[in-house]
Amino acid sequence: MEFFDNHKKLFGTAALLFVALTTFVAIMPAIRNQNNNQPLPNAEPLSADAAKGKAIFIANGCVACHTQQVRNVDMDKIWGARPSLAADYADIHRTDLWRNTATLMGTERTGPDLTDVGNRQPSKDWNLVHLYNPRIVVKESIMPAYPWLFTIKKEPSKSDVVVNIPAQYLNGQDGKVVATRDALYLIAYLQSLKQTKLPDGTETPAFLYKKEEKKVAVANGAEPDGQTIFTANCQSCHQANGEGLPGAFPPLKGSPIVLGDDLEKYVDIIMNGYDAREEFGVMPPVGTNAQFTEHELAALINYERSSWGNNGKKVTPDEVKKILDFVKLKAAK
Amino acid sequence: MKSSSFIKRFQLLMVCTLLDAFPSIAQQAAGPSGFSFSSASGLIWLLFALLMVTFFSVLVLRQKAEDIKNGHKRKSGKEQQHSFNAHIRNLNSKQISRLINYKRNTGKAKTLLILFLLLLLSGGTLWAQETEKPASGSIWNETGILITIILLLIPILFAIIFLIVKLTNALNQSKNQQNLKDAEKLASYLRSLPLEEIDTELKKRKKALDYRLNNKELTGDQPAEDEKGLLQINEQTGLPIVAIKKKALPRPNIDPELSRMILWYLGCATFWLLFGTTIGEYVGIKFVAPDADHVSWLSFGRLRPVHTNAVFWGWASLGMLGLGYYVVPRVSNTRLANMKFGWYALWLINAAVILGTLCLMAGINNGGGEYREYIWPVTLLFALGIILTLINFLQTIARRTTKEIYISNWYIVAAIIFTIVITLVAYIPYWQNGLGETIVQGYYMHQGVGMWFMLFTLGIVYYFLPQQLNKPIYSYSLGILAFWTQILFYTLIGTHHFVFSSIPWWLQTVAIVGSGGMAIPVIAGTTNFIMTFKGAWYKIKDSYTLPFFLVGIIFYFTGSMQGTAEAFRSTNLIWHFTDFTVAHSHLTMYGIISFFLWACIYAVIPRLTGKEAPQITIGAHFWLALVGLMFYTIPLMYGSTLKGLLWMEGKPFIDGVILMAPYWLWRAIGGSLMWLSHLFFAYNMYKMLAVRHVIDVRETAIQKLSDPNSSAHTIA
Repeated sequence: MEFFDNHKKLFGTAALLFVALTTFVAIMPAIRNQNNNQPLPNAEPLSADAAKGKAIFIANGCVACHTQQVRNVDMDKIWGARPSLAADYADIHRTDLWRNTATLMGTERTGPDLTDVGNRQPSKDWNLVHLYNPRIVVKESIMPAYPWLFTIKKEPSKSDVVVNIPAQYLNGQDGKVVATRDALYLIAYLQSLKQTKLPDGTETPAFLYKKEEKKVAVANGAEPDGQTIFTANCQSCHQANGEGLPGAFPPLKGSPIVLGDDLEKYVDIIMNGYDAREEFGVMPPVGTNAQFTEHELAALINYERSSWGNNGKKVTPDEVKKILDFVKLKAAK
Repeated sequence: MKSSSFIKRFQLLMVCTLLDAFPSIAQQAAGPSGFSFSSASGLIWLLFALLMVTFFSVLVLRQKAEDIKNGHKRKSGKEQQHSFNAHIRNLNSKQISRLINYKRNTGKAKTLLILFLLLLLSGGTLWAQETEKPASGSIWNETGILITIILLLIPILFAIIFLIVKLTNALNQSKNQQNLKDAEKLASYLRSLPLEEIDTELKKRKKALDYRLNNKELTGDQPAEDEKGLLQINEQTGLPIVAIKKKALPRPNIDPELSRMILWYLGCATFWLLFGTTIGEYVGIKFVAPDADHVSWLSFGRLRPVHTNAVFWGWASLGMLGLGYYVVPRVSNTRLANMKFGWYALWLINAAVILGTLCLMAGINNGGGEYREYIWPVTLLFALGIILTLINFLQTIARRTTKEIYISNWYIVAAIIFTIVITLVAYIPYWQNGLGETIVQGYYMHQGVGMWFMLFTLGIVYYFLPQQLNKPIYSYSLGILAFWTQILFYTLIGTHHFVFSSIPWWLQTVAIVGSGGMAIPVIAGTTNFIMTFKGAWYKIKDSYTLPFFLVGIIFYFTGSMQGTAEAFRSTNLIWHFTDFTVAHSHLTMYGIISFFLWACIYAVIPRLTGKEAPQITIGAHFWLALVGLMFYTIPLMYGSTLKGLLWMEGKPFIDGVILMAPYWLWRAIGGSLMWLSHLFFAYNMYKMLAVRHVIDVRETAIQKLSDPNSSAHTIA
């Protein structure tokens, strides 16, 4: 064809078609999204420390394995209370002259999603130990270790943040492990990652592709699996063998709270967290974050009371329900 | 029939068994230990295999019995005469002479033919009984019961096999008995025939049977000559380790300056392939041994983009451009417009990859978008390189001496124009705030692969594949259709990497529809290549480049269609965020792009340097790369499917990590094989490029003759 034998016309047409499609499918939607979305009214901007932490997060390519998006599908429910919205990313701007905007949504989830990790895992102690070497707390983890974000000091000063690392992970080095500023910035960034609550009266977008059989199973009286709940929510601190980590996380094996009669205190700790003992890290409100039902709570308690040689009294969902309502009320005050 | 109802019942039983077995198998695979023969599911598979063997044995048995029954049927008179005639027609020369002799001395001979001497043993028809199996569901998890059933089945199976052997013997014997009877009848028939009637006929037949060629019908008595020098005689006799393939033909009319530049491009590409995949290999090992080192510059998150960017912008891009510098002037039938620009581009792109690698390892990156990790000053160098190339190619095409623009140049030049657009869109900051960044990222990361690597490589293949097959491309129109539909659909599909994210729903839908539309260019392209092969398939066996092309074509189809399959919302539920994407990108970037590039490199370099790589190391490269790729991708796809299902069930996240451990190990093994193949490739490149001064005896002798000084001295 005559038209295609002219290189200017041929390549001009192809380029025009491509640019037109590009404008329609990339540039225009990008501009519209950047102009029409505002951050949520109660969204908190990053603190100075957290912003420095985000730079470290970017520099080390953490986004290769960690997403920051809760998709609007049922399977993503474990990563946040609601699906992520355009507004959640609206306040993210260009990093600096050299570097582009980092929404850090990610395309792979080799590690857990971090959208709401500040609520899910707020414990600074756990995060620091985990950062030094993830396999100290999660032995199956394949996350890289970051010992170069820590220094070893013979005699740390009072202002130093000392991290309690088991001896076998020190490779024969002598002294105390002290978190560098970079490590603390990074943790500050992780702790700042919390899903912002939607303003009152806003309808929460739904999770799609709900699983039907789960409801059926509950209706039929089948109870959730306590071990699964434990693995997903408790194991990274209290460990699979229930022994915790000395100096960081208390054991549940033989624990007076797990085996004792004070069910109210037990439920209270699971739902609202705990920080009464100096020698251990702070426990976050795991149950509230994960929105445990009385069925899940009962299954979890029964699992903890019957594992690792524990032999405590079983509870029923009905017993837990009463306490749960009471504990929730208490927390609200 | 009885047997068909039996088969139906059997199938039903098997389906029930498998359905029962499936969930327990899935659970079994969830742990790192995986499949085990001591588990209930393992036993069910064993049972299934045993039952299959039994089933087929019974079918064989039945067939045998049927044969015996048929063997005992009597033949009618007409059939008898028919078979006699057939026997006479099929007598061989020796038999005919014996028959004629016999007929001549008819009184003497008593017996004509003794064909078979075997005893008869009458075989009874026996029927094997199929074991009755209970059809309830729960017992399939009871290993005890399963073992009992298997133990019961084993002697039954042996009995059936024993019966088959017995029946086969009986069948043979009864057949032989029958044949003996037939032979006697035939003999008496032959005896009764008059001599005159068969003599002439049989003699003619004997002559025909005795005819032999004298092997000189075509050549005549003259000694052979190869006046036009068409024959290539392999002088290395003896057993070859690898099949001898055709040598590349020398192409004398290539500008030596251009050749030198192309070789530099391809040499640099080889370096980046080795470098990039060494990094990739190490990153893959870190999935299995995360504590391999604790050096910040070598940590996983920093090395991963070093790997992807080095193989993208170093290996594949430089390889494509080098081949492009060969193809564009050639199909334009003119010289390259500007040699200097070519060298500048090479320097700029190499500088971009070196600087980019150092930046990434030092922790300086652009903000985390995949393949967009180089900061803009680094990418600018790359962009300048391809802008210079674009100018160069356009000028070359403008002064072409052909009327039409060959399709290769459509693809190649379009790829460069589009990539410049893509890079600008990706790095200009005015639409990158908030979700704008994600939308651009989706667009960029997919256009990068589809419009740069795929389009450019297709352009190269449109030149080299017909050239290597020595026939024109099957259909120019299909190539044109693929070109325009690729632009139309591929441009839309970027955001399918963010399905279910907070980017607009309609944009996700457009991307999914575009992914579906990609079937058109892919099928058109594949058809075109395969049909070009048509009638020339035999050439694969004596070419070492065509196998690379074929693998590339196969992955072009399967890899691209897999991409379409991954884009739908339902498949996104299972595969998104898992290692399936990693497997897919290796199937395509490695299976399609790298294999095509290797094919073209092995085709072009011997034409430029006159040297070829040893066939055995080319073979090693091919097979290690192919097998390695399979080991890499198949376990990853399988494992990540299981992981996706696990996530959907709401199992704890760490369970997915535990599940993937063996598949990550397989990935590292496959990756090692791929890496090894690249060492062979680098060696082959060295063999094809290295300037070695080996004195050619014949060439030197001729030279000496024409040089009066040296020869005179030697003689004196």
